[in-house]
Amino acid sequence: MRLPRMRAPAFTLPATPNVSTHRIHIRRCYSSLGQKPGSTSVHFPGAIHSKFSNTLQFYQTPSPIDTYRAMSQDGDIVDSEYTPEPDTLALELYENMLKVSILDVIMFDAQRQGRLSFYMTGQGEEGTCVGSASALSKDDVIFCQYREAGVFAQRGFTFDDFMSQLFANSKDTGKGRNMPVHYGSKALNIHTISSPLATQIPHASGAAYALKMQRLTNPNIPPRVVACYFGEGAASEGDFHAALNIAATRSCPVVFICRNNGYAISTPTLEQYRGDGIASRGTGYGIDTIRVDGNDIWAVREVTKRARELALKDGGRPVLIEAMSYRISHHSTSDDSFAYRQRVEVEDWKRRDNPITRLRKYLEKKKAWDDDKESAARGRIRREALKAFAQAEKEKKPPMRSMFEDIYEEMTPETKEQMRELKSMIERYPDEYDVSEYEGGKDTLAP
Amino acid sequence: MLVLHRAASRGAPLSRYLSIYKISQTPIYRLHSTLPAARLNIPTDFSTTSILEHTSQSALNNPEIPTDTRNGTTKRMNLFQSINDALSLALAADESVILFGEDVAFGGVFRCSMGLAENFGSERVFNTPLSEQGIVGFGIGAAAEGMKAIAEIQFADYVYPAFDQLVNEAAKFRYRDGTEGRNSGGLTVRMPCGGVGHGALYHSQSPESLFTHIPGLRVIMPRSPIQAKGLLLSAIASNDPCVFMEPKALYRAAVEQVPTGLYYLPLSKAEILKEGSDLTIVSYGHPLYTCSAAIEKAEKDLGISIELIDLRTVYPWDKECVLKSVRKTGRCVVVHESMINAGIGAEVAASIQEDKETFLRLEAPVMRVAGWSIHMALMFERFNIPDVARVYDIIKRAVEF
Repeated sequence: MRLPRMRAPAFTLPATPNVSTHRIHIRRCYSSLGQKPGSTSVHFPGAIHSKFSNTLQFYQTPSPIDTYRAMSQDGDIVDSEYTPEPDTLALELYENMLKVSILDVIMFDAQRQGRLSFYMTGQGEEGTCVGSASALSKDDVIFCQYREAGVFAQRGFTFDDFMSQLFANSKDTGKGRNMPVHYGSKALNIHTISSPLATQIPHASGAAYALKMQRLTNPNIPPRVVACYFGEGAASEGDFHAALNIAATRSCPVVFICRNNGYAISTPTLEQYRGDGIASRGTGYGIDTIRVDGNDIWAVREVTKRARELALKDGGRPVLIEAMSYRISHHSTSDDSFAYRQRVEVEDWKRRDNPITRLRKYLEKKKAWDDDKESAARGRIRREALKAFAQAEKEKKPPMRSMFEDIYEEMTPETKEQMRELKSMIERYPDEYDVSEYEGGKDTLAP
Repeated sequence: MLVLHRAASRGAPLSRYLSIYKISQTPIYRLHSTLPAARLNIPTDFSTTSILEHTSQSALNNPEIPTDTRNGTTKRMNLFQSINDALSLALAADESVILFGEDVAFGGVFRCSMGLAENFGSERVFNTPLSEQGIVGFGIGAAAEGMKAIAEIQFADYVYPAFDQLVNEAAKFRYRDGTEGRNSGGLTVRMPCGGVGHGALYHSQSPESLFTHIPGLRVIMPRSPIQAKGLLLSAIASNDPCVFMEPKALYRAAVEQVPTGLYYLPLSKAEILKEGSDLTIVSYGHPLYTCSAAIEKAEKDLGISIELIDLRTVYPWDKECVLKSVRKTGRCVVVHESMINAGIGAEVAASIQEDKETFLRLEAPVMRVAGWSIHMALMFERFNIPDVARVYDIIKRAVEF
């Protein structure tokens, strides 16, 4: 990105007329760069633990990093060290996974009917989102990418909240400015989603540093971490590199959670990277890293719980979790994924392994769930969702004034002028502008 | 690269940096003419220019500065020292202020953060890895969680890797959060900008126009040490993300008496540096010294009176002040260092002719003196940066139109 930093010459230039010269003193940054007699390595400042070798050898990651699993595909606990959670929690997590999967089906169809402009489902990744969110404290700050409805649901985002945002109505806290699925909530400590990929990852590092500093200033604040979600495609962005590196050098209490679902829109991972997934990169930044089965909600929850503890150790440090899953859904409503993958492959994944069915098997084996409970729950959740849907669709759109507010803390004279201009335009051409669906019509455009 | 060599050298006695840097007299890197008959393109005499306050009394006689500071003392400071002073006051006043970027811990390559890591601790003043997108992204996240984050980009020429973060994230953070009210207003991004005689392609740029196209960002460029201190403190205090551009040619060259107390100068407010009745010159940053020298000669030669306006904040800018002045004078010239195409001058000129009342009073077209639409070439810098002769010439053309 730039020239090597311009270092001062270590010699003195011959004096010439009109050129001022300065004797430069170079200060050694490291007390000893020398080699002790018999030592097996020189302490290069850039790699102080490296030993000399007389064998020329190039390196590759030795073997793929393991994928941690607590529960098998049949719902049996397979980690003998693992202490199962109470059934009440299992049922709560199951309910939240059902919630987002039912929401996904309804909203996907609604978009197809032209009732909202856009939607993105998260089928196959409910376990990663609900499981990890369940292991965080409600004060922990979260940054998302866009396929984390499960995180919102687990934190307490209601169907009304989802629907207001999706329909961009007057109850939408985003004031009708963002595309659907760009949720956000201050009460739930989740920052509002933005479309540019990976930009939130360095935000998470900076936010984590802020939490660390605030606790240094006031030890009465409970220890908090930042959790940051992103896909394996976004991890190819420069912001991913920048974020993990600065989180490591500044010792930030942040948990990076990568949802590796095999695809970035149509691009399979083979065209995304050639290393051992995302996990192998973490260790390169000096970050504690783990790979987990994203379809195993207990494994995800346990790993996140431990990662959170680790992130708060020694004044803070970053942790990377790579959650492996499969994107069962299309990328979004603007994508037909059968253009680049076999329908049979998707159907196979749906049948073979899915976070919801896996937890359902676990619950059934514990006699905590059965077909009747399943259909009753699905019916109830669906009714709740449709009720919120109907209500949200009926609401007015946010006041037109919203489009001009919040650019700056206070509206500038230029913006006020432009708002007046638009109002006058609508008044002079009433047949050209339909403003009836907006709360307060054109009158809210008065400065 | 004398400035850079000196700046990057470590361990040299501090006293060396506190001496005023004079533009080197080498024939290669000068920005003025050496021809014996030259009377316009002569070096700026910073010790006598009317742009700077040379006495304590004149420095404290500033109505924008609050009374208690005006009753205090002043200290002779160059631009980097006044920025250092502002940063030091900001860090002392508020524990949530943090300062970071490449090489800031040892004092910064332009000495702006000298002594701050020692005084305020390495948690609050620290080096980051060499990644501009990381620096700004980190700053946005810290600001969103309640910190006052002051990020330094080593040269404005290297801000582009962070363009996405500034445009898509910092500028839109408050807007997209709606009623939730979270924002990145705690972020201030400082960067040295502008030509210095030998910076060539990547140590001379002034990318302010790129940021003035982005609603949500405040873009500020001070002309002097007094201004830099007051405007930087306001930028840090502001609840909007600010891009604060420091003309690097002035770091050592511009020296004046700066009030030692705390004071804030208003953002988005222009300042009339000199009143006049026949022509308005609008500029900001380093070229104000060029304009001032040209005005002195032109007024004498042509028997006219010229008004000089410093925009200070280039976006959102003080349109009213400029329009009012041009309605009075009927003529306007805009001067800036960055290239002419879609620069600040284009916005000012368009706004003037768009305003009915001002348009009807125009006696001449609005004219611009700016960098050519080229890149800053090492050996040709002095033919690219607006000089006294070019400003003098445009004044002549505007009044003779």
